[in-house]
Amino acid sequence: MGKLVALMLSGTVVSLRIFFLTLLFSLPLGLLVAKGRMSKYKIVSSLVNGYIMIMRGTPLILQLIFVYFAPYYIFGSSTDRFTAVIIAYSINYAAYYAEIYRGGIQSIDQGQLEAASVLGFSKVHTFTHVVMPQVIKRIMPAMGNEVITLVKDTALAQTIGVAELFRVAQNASARQFSTMPIFIAGIFYFVMNAIVSKSFDLIERKLDYYR
Amino acid sequence: MPIITLENVNKSFSSLKVLKDISFSLEKGEVLSIIGPSGSGKSTLLRCITNLEKIDSGTIKIGDDTLATTNEKEEVVYANKQTLARIRLRVGLVFQNFNLFPHFSVLRNITEAQMHVLKASKEEAAEIAYQLLKKMDLSSKAHSYPYQLSGGQQQRVSIARALALKPDVLCFDEPTSALDPELTGEILTVIKELAQENMTMMVVTHEMAFARDISKSVIFMDDGVIIEKGTPESIFNNSTNKRTAKFLSRFSN
Repeated sequence: MGKLVALMLSGTVVSLRIFFLTLLFSLPLGLLVAKGRMSKYKIVSSLVNGYIMIMRGTPLILQLIFVYFAPYYIFGSSTDRFTAVIIAYSINYAAYYAEIYRGGIQSIDQGQLEAASVLGFSKVHTFTHVVMPQVIKRIMPAMGNEVITLVKDTALAQTIGVAELFRVAQNASARQFSTMPIFIAGIFYFVMNAIVSKSFDLIERKLDYYR
Repeated sequence: MPIITLENVNKSFSSLKVLKDISFSLEKGEVLSIIGPSGSGKSTLLRCITNLEKIDSGTIKIGDDTLATTNEKEEVVYANKQTLARIRLRVGLVFQNFNLFPHFSVLRNITEAQMHVLKASKEEAAEIAYQLLKKMDLSSKAHSYPYQLSGGQQQRVSIARALALKPDVLCFDEPTSALDPELTGEILTVIKELAQENMTMMVVTHEMAFARDISKSVIFMDDGVIIEKGTPESIFNNSTNKRTAKFLSRFSN
């Protein structure tokens, strides 16, 4: 039993690495995508819109396989499995985050932008100091949903052979002829997501100093 | 030299002509009220002067800086970035809906532009902010957030925010229209006090009694045209213009 838990903890570390690295890349990338989607240049906004359609319109598992195998067929060499997971997850999640950011950015009252303009704020200052702080507060509930989904989506990484938590549990199951390890993995995911929701609660409460 | 000069300004929203050949000037120390029915173009006029709307033709000058002018090819040319930045500092605007930044404290609403635009230090900016808050009778609210204030208090903060940049002229776009009737008085008092300090102001308003009492001059606009400009006395009591008379008759009883 102790050995099993140790094994699963090592799988959890892999899952957590996927989780944090994906957030690290997809959160900023999503903002960039959102800006592109709202671009006044038609060509930019349609290209970005096409990208979002593909990312949201096809299964993540397919995108994962594509990112891992496509370079092999095109260039004759492939990236390592873990990198492929991070790339696939980051570009997929960036598309979802982009739409959340866009909703938040567009919900900011035009009057505040006018006030900023009349006061002489630069465009960058207005975005970083007036728009984004309020966007972050407004998108927290929607972001919480997506981040929780990401925790569970890390289980898909096993498709291209990354030994994350769920793969480790399945292997243990097969060895022991028991479904127990898989249920234990369930508890692990549940605990991780409990921490995620608690963190979002805390952030929301912290941002509750204004309305 | 006038602080604001407009020559033959035209502005349309698609096919709707909102401003038609508007010309007037505003002198230093003048308090000008703009009155007229809804949709007559009063607010658009202010928004063109504060560069929130772009004009289609004509000239707008702020002091000796040209905000926009029509060139010989009949295209409107706007000032370059540096001039625009200078003009923004000269013209303040108080909005109908206050447009305070809800995530900033009252103090930071007033200091932010001073620090970001004028590059004032935090201490200098705060000192000016406290002076203005005192003047607005809001000293105790420095660390409150806008949602904790009444509409009248929020509007006074927004006046302080505009004054913090020491503008040459302060424009008001229906400053009491979003307020409960019992709160309009406090805003009108503030504007009256500013008038006594010789602040140059341009006030778009529906408060006729107020316009009559504080203005040095009044513009009556209707359908995108300046029908009359004159002293309050001449507009309110001695106007011979039919449209002016018709508009004012609605307020006399």
